[in-house]
Order: sequence, then structure tokens, then C-alpha cells
Amino acid sequence: MTAAAAAERTTAPTSGGPRPPMARWARVFRRVPWVVWVFLLVPLAVEAFWVFWPAMNSFSLSFTRWNGVGAAEPVGLGNYQDLMSDPTFQTALRNNVIWVIGFGGLSVVIGLALAVLLNRPGRGIGLYRAAIYLPMVFSLAVTGLFWRVLYSPDGLVNFSLETVGLGVLERQWLADPDVALYAVLVAAVWRQVGYIMVLYLAGLKGVDPSLEEAAAMDGANRWQRFTRIVMPQLRSVNAVVFAVTVIDSLRTFDIVWAMTRGGPYNSTHLLSTYMFEQGFTLVNLGYGSAIAVVIFALAIVFIVSYLVRSIRQEES
Amino acid sequence: MTAVTESRSKRRAIGQRSPWFHVLMIPFTLLWVAPMVFVLIVAMRPFSDIVSRGLSALPATLSWEGFETALTTGGIGGALRNSAIVTVVAVVLSLFLASLAAYALSRFRIPGRTVILLLMLAGNLLPPQILLIPVAKITEALGIYDTLFALIIVQVGFGLGFYTFVLHGFMRALPNEVFEAARIDGAGPVRIYALIVLPLARPSLAALTALATTWVFNDLIWAMTVLRTEDNFPITAALLNLQGGFVSQWNVVAAGAVIAAIPTAVVFFIFQKQFVSGLLVGANK
Repeated sequence: MTAAAAAERTTAPTSGGPRPPMARWARVFRRVPWVVWVFLLVPLAVEAFWVFWPAMNSFSLSFTRWNGVGAAEPVGLGNYQDLMSDPTFQTALRNNVIWVIGFGGLSVVIGLALAVLLNRPGRGIGLYRAAIYLPMVFSLAVTGLFWRVLYSPDGLVNFSLETVGLGVLERQWLADPDVALYAVLVAAVWRQVGYIMVLYLAGLKGVDPSLEEAAAMDGANRWQRFTRIVMPQLRSVNAVVFAVTVIDSLRTFDIVWAMTRGGPYNSTHLLSTYMFEQGFTLVNLGYGSAIAVVIFALAIVFIVSYLVRSIRQEES
Repeated sequence: MTAVTESRSKRRAIGQRSPWFHVLMIPFTLLWVAPMVFVLIVAMRPFSDIVSRGLSALPATLSWEGFETALTTGGIGGALRNSAIVTVVAVVLSLFLASLAAYALSRFRIPGRTVILLLMLAGNLLPPQILLIPVAKITEALGIYDTLFALIIVQVGFGLGFYTFVLHGFMRALPNEVFEAARIDGAGPVRIYALIVLPLARPSLAALTALATTWVFNDLIWAMTVLRTEDNFPITAALLNLQGGFVSQWNVVAAGAVIAAIPTAVVFFIFQKQFVSGLLVGANK
């Protein structure tokens, strides 16, 4: 950095008037050693080729009908019009809303409650924490299989219900279109809670305990102290959790694919699984791309909000 | 309430130990780990025992039958090897490339470096669904479709942005004096990177390694996008195949899931501190 600054200083006095733009650019580029440009441009090229270029291709593909063989046939907005009247797409969209609210809501409530409970020193605390965030090191596919075993007709879930005398609730959890989505949701929440708890535990470390003590002296009860003193200080964690949850919800694929593949009767399709089925199982590449663009459009607001936060953090 | 109990409750006010705490937490934690314990038990029961006594019975005998079947005829053994190759190569390569980019962006006045950094991060935040179809087509066009190499390069490309962002934050905070001293000693950018930046960045590299290892090892969607032959499948994809091939042989399916869970669980227990700090990078403050 200093070398660059020095280079700038030596060249600065020579600038009499506005120099030709070429020279200015050359100077800017020379300020950084060429090998450093290589350091930057190689990774950038890899990401551009495998991320940005395909992303742009998805947009143009979404205006075509293509089965992967021969040339793609341009159909304009045809795919998007078809989506509007596609009942499975509507189910997937509705399921995604349920997913964002259920997955986000449940894991945040449970994760936050556990973080508050376990935010203290003491015997056994480390063990409780480890037990709760252990599931999140498993892949979503593994989590899905674990819960398939649990949900199987004579698995642990039905067995427990029967043991406690709730045998009437027993059912084929993953084969029943009315409950399958929620059954998958429970498995996903089980895995996510640990992550949310870790985020909130870190946030709670930054909460000033003296404020809470003062409020306690003033007679505020536990709930008041939590909502009025602690929660406002967790604002930035909340923002991260919110963005991460929505982005994760829109990406969710593995666990649904591992447990139900979108069935029974398309009842558990999320946008991502429906996109995958259209694109890779049925090889409707244009239609699948259109669904992917919809996912992107829904995610972009939250991606941008995450980026804006990151900028602020970078600059501070 | 009496004054005595009130003052006691006040003293206990800020998260002090209450007798109810463990009474509440122990059953809750047991409930939380129950799924894992149950699957482990199922995996260790012989199939005949499951058939005769039901899935939820306590095991009468234990056996490795499920694990053996999963590893051999189930193809989990080969899949484990594929996953190991992909994970090691992809993690090392992506962290290496990310550290180069982070070094360039954090220690040099590259025009528009904030924009470049955020673009790279944005690439990682994109929903992968928008990349899948074109990525599959690109790997086909390059003739690398259905190879582990394709999976590795895709994993590298998709992970780079986030790793660069995290490493950039860390490298930017390194003290300037160290760099000036090295420069006065005549060290060029490459030497500074290799002898100063990399060793100093070890803590954040360790956290990212723990995190990236679980991410790459746990991936399913990229594997399903660029691979077709079962022999090339990593463990997650092979697991789903196992599930299809051994329908209702719950001990084999459970054993496969347990085998797939072990490596990341080991990483977690050994690198618990790094793993947790990895989860927080890019999210805290």
C-alpha cells in the first residue's frame, strides 16, 4: 500500500493539466505490481466463468424452449406465461412461503430461546450447546434420511405417539399430502436451530449486562428486560438471521429431495425442487431456467440487503 | 409475595442458575439427540431382527451387517473415496485462490476493489438453481461432464466469493508495520504473501477450512448437476441411490446415513472452536 502511495506521490507533481485518459489508466494499473493482478484475476476469472457467465445464460435460456438437443427455440415470455397457469408452480410458490415462515420462524424462536437459556457459564452448558448444534454438521441429505427412518410407518415418531397414548395421530407422515411438507419442515428446523443459536449466542456476548441489571433493579421482569433491553441490542444479528433465513429457504433443495422428491402428488415441491425436476428430470431447460429466474428475483432483495450490510461492516 | 422471595428473585435476576434449568434442559436435549441415537441403533441391528421385532424395538443383537452392505454392495465405500478427493482438492484449491484474491484486494490499491469484493460475495449468495442448467451445459461442452474434476472446479467457483470476502476482512486488519518492514527488507508481493500473509491468516484459514470441508462434503445439488455415473457419485448422492436400492432395508439406509455423518461429525468435534467461529465469520458484529 505504501509503495503504491509513494508511486502516486512521485507522479503527482508532473501532472500539469488533464492527461490523456490512456495514460491515467496505465498509471493506475502500474501502481499495483503485475503479479498482484494475476493473484486477483485468476480467482476472478474462475468465478466469472463458473458463476456469473452461467447466471447470465440462465436469463437468456428462460426465454426459450429447449430440450438440450439441437437449437433452443425462442418463445419470448412464453415460459413465464405458462408458469402463471401451472398448478404445480403455484403449489411450489405457496410451499415456499410456508417454508420461509415456518422454517425461519420456528428455527429463530427455538434458536433464540436456547441461546438466551444457554448464554451463561456453568456445568453442562457446553454439552447442551454441542448436542443442539451437532445436527447442523450433517448434510441435509443425511438429515433427510435420518428423518425418513423416524417417519417410517413403525418408526420412532409413530412409536412415540402410540406410547404416550396419541395413537390416533399416527400416520404415514411422508406419504400424506396434507402433512408431508410440515414433516420435512420439522427435520429442516431440527438441523437449522443450532446455527441460529450460534449466531444469537455470539450476539448476546455483545449485550451489555449492566443495562439489564439496572432494569432489574428498577423492577423490570424477565420478559420486559428481554424485549426492551436485550432484543434492541440484537438488531444486527436479527438482520443477518433474517437475510440468511430467506436466502436459505429459497435455496432449500437437498432435504426435500432426500425425503419426498416433491411428492406425494407434488405436495412438497419447493421452487428449487420443481426447478430441478423440470430442468434435469424432464429436461425442459427453458422452463426450468424460468423457474430459476423466479427464485433469483425473489432472492435478490435479500442478497442486496446482505451486501449493503457487508459494505457497512467493511467500511466501519 | 414476601419481601424475602422478591429480593432473592432479584438477586437471581440476570441468568443465574435456577433449579428448573437442568430439569428443563436435560429432557429437551435428550429429545434433540433422540433422532441420532435412534438411527444409530437401527443401523446396528441385523435386518432379520428389524423384520421380526419392528423398527422401533430395542436391539436384541447388534451386527455390522448394515454397515457392510452399505459399504460394499451399496457403493458407499467408493462414494466415500470420491467425496474425500473432491473435498480435499476443492477446499485446498478454493482457499488458495481466495487467499490470493483477498491479499490483492486487501493490501493493494486496486481500482474498484470494494465493488469487486462485493461482486464476488454476491456470486456466492446467488441461488445455485440459477446456475445449474448452464453449468451442466458448460461441463458438457468442455468434455468434463460426469467427472470429479467438474465437481471440484464448480465447487471452487461457487465458494470463492465468500472465502475471499472473509479472508479480506481478516487480512485488512493485519498491522501495516509488518508489511512495511518486509518491504524494506526487499520482499516482493509473492514473498510477502507466502512468508507473512499466509502464516498470519492461519486462524481464519482454519475456521474456513472447517466450514468449507463440511459444505463441500455435504453438497448434493452440484453433484447431481455435473455427475451421472454412480461410480463417480460423492457420498450424498450415493446415499439417495442407496435409499432407492434398499427400500425398507432400514438398517442399510441408516448405516449409510451414519457413515456419511461420521466425517463431518469428526471435523466438528476436533475443530469445534474453529467450526463455530467459521459459522460466525461474515455474520457477526
